[in-house]
Amino acid sequence: MGTPALAAALKARLGEDIKLSSAPGQMLTLEVAPTHWVETARILRDDSSLAFEQMTDLCGLDYLGYGRDEWETDDATREGFSRGIDSLGPGRFRWRELPESESAEQRFAVVVHLLSFRHNWRLRLRVFAEDEGFPMVPSLVEIWNSANWYEREAFDLLGIVFEGHPDLRRILTDYGFTGHPFRKDFPLIGNVTVRYDEEKRRVVYEPVEIEPRVLVPRVIRDDSRYKADDIDQAAEEAADRDAASTE
Amino acid sequence: MADINSYTINFGPQHPAAHGVLRLVLEMDGETVVRADPHVGLLHRATEKLAESKPFNQTIGYMDRLDYMSMMCNEHAYVRAIENLLGIEPPLRAQYIRTMFDEVTRLANHLLWIGACGLDLGAMTLFLYAFRERESIFDVWEATTGARMHASYYRPGGVYRDLPERMPVHKESPWTKGKDLKRKNEWREGSVLDFIEAFIKDFPSKVDDYETLLTNNRIWKQRNVGIGVVSPERALQLGFSGPMLRGSGIEWDLRKKNPYAMYPEMDFDIPVGVNGDCYDRYLVRVEEMRQSARIIQQCVDWLRANPGHVMSKNFKVIPPTREEMKDDMEALIHHFKLFTEGYCVPEGETYAAVEAPKGEFGCYLVSDGANKPFRAHFRAPGFAHLSSMDEMAKGHMLADVVAIISTMDIVFGEVDR
Repeated sequence: MGTPALAAALKARLGEDIKLSSAPGQMLTLEVAPTHWVETARILRDDSSLAFEQMTDLCGLDYLGYGRDEWETDDATREGFSRGIDSLGPGRFRWRELPESESAEQRFAVVVHLLSFRHNWRLRLRVFAEDEGFPMVPSLVEIWNSANWYEREAFDLLGIVFEGHPDLRRILTDYGFTGHPFRKDFPLIGNVTVRYDEEKRRVVYEPVEIEPRVLVPRVIRDDSRYKADDIDQAAEEAADRDAASTE
Repeated sequence: MADINSYTINFGPQHPAAHGVLRLVLEMDGETVVRADPHVGLLHRATEKLAESKPFNQTIGYMDRLDYMSMMCNEHAYVRAIENLLGIEPPLRAQYIRTMFDEVTRLANHLLWIGACGLDLGAMTLFLYAFRERESIFDVWEATTGARMHASYYRPGGVYRDLPERMPVHKESPWTKGKDLKRKNEWREGSVLDFIEAFIKDFPSKVDDYETLLTNNRIWKQRNVGIGVVSPERALQLGFSGPMLRGSGIEWDLRKKNPYAMYPEMDFDIPVGVNGDCYDRYLVRVEEMRQSARIIQQCVDWLRANPGHVMSKNFKVIPPTREEMKDDMEALIHHFKLFTEGYCVPEGETYAAVEAPKGEFGCYLVSDGANKPFRAHFRAPGFAHLSSMDEMAKGHMLADVVAIISTMDIVFGEVDR
């Protein structure tokens, strides 16, 4: 909605060489470097040609294992279901039994969704944290106050540190929780279970006992319907439709 | 004994007015709140992580359990996100059914809200009245989807099944017989649509009843007027949406501004508040109930006149019917693949938002081409609203904190996810 106009406005204000991307019919995505993160956000909010008054959503992403499937689908093997069990999905291992994980080049990202009430535009911003071991991104609380809890959430669940955040505490996990559960190398079964102990007469934490298992393996199939040519064609059709609807 | 003026109290997590499992640490100066620090996450179930570990369709059921007062609106956002990525369109009839059920959901949510809010502020009668009406809505859900609350009715490509031709009737029992039984079954002679229509025709008079009890009630006004005032500028900064935003005087509704489903065809108005206090938000929600009834009536009229499919016919995504499976090998294969592996969604990312009863409920989906989402994130309106607790409660009395929690219409299923 309003995508070409928004793209033009962004380019006019932020320069021609900004990293803009968009799939047909989807929201525009602007990729920003961590060094320009706050500055860009301020322009997006304050410039009247953009006027993104509200930050509707912020979330962290862990790109570890992006585009990897758990099941060979190119040709059949004789091993049947066991084809799928040696992979790195978070459903497949226990706490501290993490398989050797390959590192993603740019692992942690923060994605922000903005909304401009004045123009009825939406924009997605993405910033990749530079250091995989200690991902850090400047905080946006100063620009949009609604970022406060969202950044706490991203810190809690993914361990992304927001520089300049006034109150970066955990928010969703238990008091005294260890680890960052939404990282792809955090096991799906978690690490502790809680139960009431009759003898001690209090709640106790114990290591999980359940077996990690995956019922449906993660599968990526090459689908001819989604090949590049078709997508281009679909984009043309969508553009035609847009043109027809605006007339 | 020395005077102690400043102290900290713990409100919740098991407090009847905390609307679930909100733990609120309040720093008080006498009766006045100096600082409010909400502790959330006591209901955190990692829905987003679970979604990453399951094929797309298996997460629809989790959507009902996010905001468990507005189940179908959550499903709608999630299903729309998948449809966006797949590029499929549900048939027109499914779109009308979705629009109708979104509004029915809004009624169910606002009824609970008006009941619980009344209860918190001392108007007990209303709670019972509101639950009487909610019962009819749950009966509709049960007849249509098979479940009274957690429907998982919306599917990518349409809705699970068409509206049934018959509405179940109450049977005679030692507790319900004679005149009682006749009254209870009065609307249930015909189809589900007949029942919905009878309910909707009657509903505005019920809203009048609620308003008689509350709108000009002196106690109600004393508890609500001028409490928790949020200026339009602050409402934008704090990420407000839905009735919270409209209560502050900003005319913004996704059903009008980014229309989805059949909302562009619907004739309805958006109520907007002036003062941004609890009372204005109450008025906005009450008026929304009346407007929802209007929308439902329009959907019922259309659905009566236009029978048809409620599921798209794209068998790479939508499972074939049982009948087709019985005598078609291809259908059986598709069914097997869809239920053992699911469908692969093309690589990409999308954000789909709906105007849920509480505000903008959004679903951000990232797919890397697999049969499971790579990342799913749900933008819950309650999370943003609750984060403004400190600002809204500061300077108010302890009893007003209860009014502020009520006016936010908080449900912890969506705040904690």
